[in-house]
Amino acid sequence: MLSFIGRSIVQKTVTLFFVSVVSFLIIHLAPGEPSQVDPLNPKFTPEMVERFQKAFHLDKPLYVQYVYFYRDLFAGRSVSWRDNQSVLAKIWERFLNSLPLFIVGTLITWTLSFPIGIRAAIFRGGLYDRSTTFVAYLLISIPGFFFAYLLIIVVVNSFHVPVIGMETFGLGEAPWPSLFMDRIWHLLLPSVLGATGGIAVLSRYVRAQMLEVEGQDYIRTARAKGLPPEQVHYKHALRNALLPFVTMFGLILPGLIGGSVIIESIFSWPGMGRMAYEAILARDYPVILTVNFVSAVLVLAGTFISDLLYLVVDPRIRL
Amino acid sequence: MNVEQRPVAGDSRTEPPRAERQTRAQEFWQRFAHNRLAIVGLMIFIIFFCIALTGLYLTSGPNPVLDPALVRLQEKLRPPFAKPNLETLGPQEVPALGVYVFGTDDLGRDVFARMLQGASVSLFVGFVAVGISVLIGIFMGGIAGYFGETPIRVDHILVACFFLSGAALAATGLIFFGGGLLMLGLAYMVYPLLTNNAPGKRPVPKWLRIVRQKAISVDTLIMRIVDIMLCFPSFFLILTVVALLPASIYNIMIVIGLTSWMGTTRFVRAEFLSLREQDFVAAARALGVSNFRIIFRHMMPNAIAPVLVSATIGIATAILTEAGLSFLGFGVPPPHATWGNILSDGKRFIFDAPWLTFIPGFAILIVVLAFTLFGEGLRDVLNPKLRERH
Repeated sequence: MLSFIGRSIVQKTVTLFFVSVVSFLIIHLAPGEPSQVDPLNPKFTPEMVERFQKAFHLDKPLYVQYVYFYRDLFAGRSVSWRDNQSVLAKIWERFLNSLPLFIVGTLITWTLSFPIGIRAAIFRGGLYDRSTTFVAYLLISIPGFFFAYLLIIVVVNSFHVPVIGMETFGLGEAPWPSLFMDRIWHLLLPSVLGATGGIAVLSRYVRAQMLEVEGQDYIRTARAKGLPPEQVHYKHALRNALLPFVTMFGLILPGLIGGSVIIESIFSWPGMGRMAYEAILARDYPVILTVNFVSAVLVLAGTFISDLLYLVVDPRIRL
Repeated sequence: MNVEQRPVAGDSRTEPPRAERQTRAQEFWQRFAHNRLAIVGLMIFIIFFCIALTGLYLTSGPNPVLDPALVRLQEKLRPPFAKPNLETLGPQEVPALGVYVFGTDDLGRDVFARMLQGASVSLFVGFVAVGISVLIGIFMGGIAGYFGETPIRVDHILVACFFLSGAALAATGLIFFGGGLLMLGLAYMVYPLLTNNAPGKRPVPKWLRIVRQKAISVDTLIMRIVDIMLCFPSFFLILTVVALLPASIYNIMIVIGLTSWMGTTRFVRAEFLSLREQDFVAAARALGVSNFRIIFRHMMPNAIAPVLVSATIGIATAILTEAGLSFLGFGVPPPHATWGNILSDGKRFIFDAPWLTFIPGFAILIVVLAFTLFGEGLRDVLNPKLRERH
């Protein structure tokens, strides 16, 4: 156990190092210089360009820039080139905005996909199973932005509530129930949209797992000894089918920072995805690299946690 | 089996098998035809393919039948099936079908012509991107699965580092230093050939034994590369690279292809790991068949099924990614119309001209759905584990 932890930490650190190198190279070897963003601006004299380059170490060779950048990142001193704010503070602020979307989306995904998948597996081949299968493929195939517009039109036309942004502007004096409902309405659509793909994939996965377990011998035994079907399905089958999903708690971790770029731009939601998009537009290299680095850390931490959980949950596995 | 042998076998006493002769394709088709959704997917896919080809023929060339780029400002935002106003149009500007089948957009361009052009662009992007990713995936997965245990020695890594850094330095302007490193790597490779110092023939000097140590196996190396690539959030990475590179349809295809080969690599590797141990591979090796031929002629046809499935679904994903990029304004640049472009331009008029949003949106939905259904149907048919259960 301890050796497994030690080994995987070393392995993941090495992977992280290479990720940082590759992302740094991708950003810096792309054509164009960040100091030449606006060559037509008359206020942008060559002296200023030189001063910028000095301030952000852009005149140094690449490997020196790499060391400087990650030194600053780990010391928490790296600043956005766009507005000189601390990158970590910026990311934290946007992260707090994305967090409710992530929590509500994950809750919707996990609470909906399990009943759907289990029911589809129990009544396999029936009308319910076939229609949920089709709907799942439909949800996987629909372009997110198109689905967003469909939902916006439906909700706005039938409920007459504003949905764009995080809250309605200028609602300061309203009583708290209407403020609360306002927040809920604004939160609902983006999180439902964020959850659609997850529901489709996860419910299919739950169904496959249930079918796998229902085909086992001990289920036949349980049925043969006359247990009521509910007990067979929910006590004998479901418990064993749930095993792989415990590990998926680790794998949803990267979703924390993934905040969908497209959905957040449609809904003007000031979250992580939108910040990353704005940073890309402005060639704000520190922000892009930091977002990339943090998400790589989360991916690695997620797989590590899911490996550990597997170890704890399934005694047959020895790593 | 040789063609000449067949009549001989028929003349002999052995009875031919009673069961009807069934080729692999027939058997495959029988099983596939049971899956109604997959059949629908395949049919839509074929129709879409034909539409894209005719669209390419009708909308390209110097004098296209349906010109997707023709601007008629006096005819803007006409609804679908609107008759063109013949008094204000020149003879060149009248749409070939005599009616705007899908209406016109805010510049008076014929949406039908633009959709036709977009179909071929979407198909092109999907196929080329998936082609790139499948090629890389098969290559990497094949090497990892077949040569898996072959160790890479420390000196291999050193030489590779010499070459890479030498080339990088030469490219950045330090030609003398970089060239020196390149020569050093070359000299190390050529040295054993000149002195005929093949490993095992003569004892290796002690100082060389340190660098001859086994560092890492090929399999581990490739799988670590896959792990590194999987750490990047894929859409964000694609968006970053596409935004930094100059806008072009080829860049988008290449970038989508280069960021999506990891799944194929894993499938091919897993298949190869089990195929490598089987008798027909051992037989081929005993016959002295070259490694290259074993990999591509003997093992690859047996490993192709999961690749085919992931490629079909990969095309759907590539079309969706391209539409998403177009939607954010980083997609295929203007002379080409794509469905994502049309939707992204039309979203400003969603209440005045809803057809500009709905037609491309449903088109993307239907095509991607067809690919997904077809791919899942293929998975059911090709996967022997799933087959037995039904």
